[in-house]
Amino acid sequence: MDYFLELFLGGLTRGSIYALIALGYTMVYGIIELINFAHGEIYMIGAFTGLIVISVLTMLGWNSIAIIILAALIAMLYSAAYGFTIEKIAYKPLRGSQRLSALISAIGMSLFLQNYVLLAQTSNFLPYPNLIPTWDFLKPVGHIVRSTEIVIYIAAALVMVALTYLIKFTRMGKAMRAVAQDRDMSMLVGVDVNRVISFTFIIGSSIAALGGVLVASHIGQVNFYVGFIAGIKAFVAAVLGGIGSMPGAVLGSLVLGWTESFFTGYISSDYEDVFAFVFLVLILIFRPAGILGRSDTDKV
Amino acid sequence: MTIYQEIKKSLLVSLWFMFLTFPIMVIKVNTIEQTIDWHWWRLAGVGVGVFFLSFLWRYAIARKEAGKKKAEISGEEKVALIPRLMGNPRFYIPGLIAALILVVAFPFVFSMYQTNILITALIYVVVGLGLNIVVGLAGLLDLGYVAFYAVGAYSYALLNYHFGVTFWMALPIGALLAFIFGIILGFPVLRLRGDYLAIVTLGFGEIIRLVLENWNEFSFGPSGIANIPKPSLFGLQLSLQQSSIFIYFLMIGLALMTIFVVRRLQDSRIGRAWIALREDEVACQAMGIDKTRTKLSAFALGATWAGMGGVVFAAKTTFINPTSFTIWESIIILCVVVLGGMGSILGVIVGALILILLPEYLRAFSEYRMLVFGVILVLMMVFRPGGIISGVRRIYKFEGQNTIAENNNA
Repeated sequence: MDYFLELFLGGLTRGSIYALIALGYTMVYGIIELINFAHGEIYMIGAFTGLIVISVLTMLGWNSIAIIILAALIAMLYSAAYGFTIEKIAYKPLRGSQRLSALISAIGMSLFLQNYVLLAQTSNFLPYPNLIPTWDFLKPVGHIVRSTEIVIYIAAALVMVALTYLIKFTRMGKAMRAVAQDRDMSMLVGVDVNRVISFTFIIGSSIAALGGVLVASHIGQVNFYVGFIAGIKAFVAAVLGGIGSMPGAVLGSLVLGWTESFFTGYISSDYEDVFAFVFLVLILIFRPAGILGRSDTDKV
Repeated sequence: MTIYQEIKKSLLVSLWFMFLTFPIMVIKVNTIEQTIDWHWWRLAGVGVGVFFLSFLWRYAIARKEAGKKKAEISGEEKVALIPRLMGNPRFYIPGLIAALILVVAFPFVFSMYQTNILITALIYVVVGLGLNIVVGLAGLLDLGYVAFYAVGAYSYALLNYHFGVTFWMALPIGALLAFIFGIILGFPVLRLRGDYLAIVTLGFGEIIRLVLENWNEFSFGPSGIANIPKPSLFGLQLSLQQSSIFIYFLMIGLALMTIFVVRRLQDSRIGRAWIALREDEVACQAMGIDKTRTKLSAFALGATWAGMGGVVFAAKTTFINPTSFTIWESIIILCVVVLGGMGSILGVIVGALILILLPEYLRAFSEYRMLVFGVILVLMMVFRPGGIISGVRRIYKFEGQNTIAENNNA
């Protein structure tokens, strides 16, 4: 039973992590119908920025709680800036052209960012300090769940609540929904589409950065390549839930997290990544619109 | 006044990028020894570089916009210089003869090292032309193309290891196996559109690589397969150099055959169906084109060439392991097609030669190779989506009773 609980909570951790990345994917896809391939790299840049801030502040001798909070905030700020800039350079000039072009441009951006970090920093795995203290009340169950994981659950839950509020009840959220439905029409009624798209990228990127800092603290290491596989898996999760739908992204992430966790726990850990891809292929074959997605027909 | 504004704009952009690249470029932490290196000069480099590049960027964007407007007004597409030259026998016949002489003389004039590099480039020409069928003609973005390349390479290596199958037997077998894999992988993705298709093919590519890496009993895992024999020539014993020259001519032959077949395919019924599918799927179905068959044939035929390329690759390097078949290999092949010009045969050849030969001769910058590839992909998509030599779109004009149209206009 303990083993089951451990796998269950491990799956919940994975799912929350995927959710933090998948939300950005699904928001961008919902608004401009682009698979933002560079999203995983944004997450990686967030983790790296966090590491740099943590190292500098640790040497200055700050309090560890203050450091982790400040590191997460600065990482979010920087990732948001990266997301904003990437959209302006690689996607905005391509708006209105073929979707294939935008996707290839996104792949190029992803390749560029990976190698940018590789060249500017290092290709090695860097150890990532875990600054979240182990809480006393968790000691008896310490072998099942760690305090970092609890922080990840809480962060993911808070992000979801905040996003739901943002989309449902604010002016910007209304504009976002309008642009997602019909870009030209919302332009006609006075929505500043460029601003909405930039805003979406900023929000999605900063959520990914939060995920990046927390995940790297949890796993304990980071390198320039972590964004790629995390990005792909988060994309699988987003598709699984129905891309473009935010509750779908969260649900898909949790389902993927649990299935992966139980699969590796009970069957085999060699084929962990194969499993995620097989899962993706199966979903797309049998339910291309995902669990919560609507299947829409092509407009002629 | 405007110059002043332009400078101010560039200055702001440059400041923004200095802010953006500050932590990653400037601060390099060593988490083990708890030390920090500061690289301030990099920040200065970014600032100055971005300042000038932003002028260039705005100029290029403005030119692109102006070009678009002009095309809209005049309503006709200009035929680019190179296709125009290619269409003129006065230019292309001497060009062809010169190319032929160069190709034949190359391995005898230059060293074996150069020949080997050119063989690699030729493999990419063949594989790129195969991918060109899928991406350029049929418009299906395949990010797992390297899987078929791996199928070809492993089928030669394994068949040779277990049954002693020779290169010449393995070439058609590898092609056939890749063809079959193309159909198997093509079936499930038929219903998917554009970007979903790209992700699923990427998934397939990774599945095949991960299986090759983990299934030790079958593929010898990460350690790979060594001592794959080079191709034989009627049982003659060839020295290392002779065998390189032989593979070179073999590749030339294979490339010529590929060019011939792809050209014929392009003009055939199925080729036109691919192009129609690329342009508009719904209209294409309405015209009575069998979508399933068209897509599957594109996948399978594209895969066939990757399979053949894979067999030659295994024979050339005599050693293969799964690290040769990562997703980035797929992306390099995609770069070849995109850079050269999607849908254009000459474009793919030029793209392969540039992308494979340049990094070889710019060894000093080899670590920047992937970085530059990324930049190329983005810039090409933004400024020249058609590639260096874009495929010529066939244009049909209504000729004859122009007077009616003119009368109606008046």
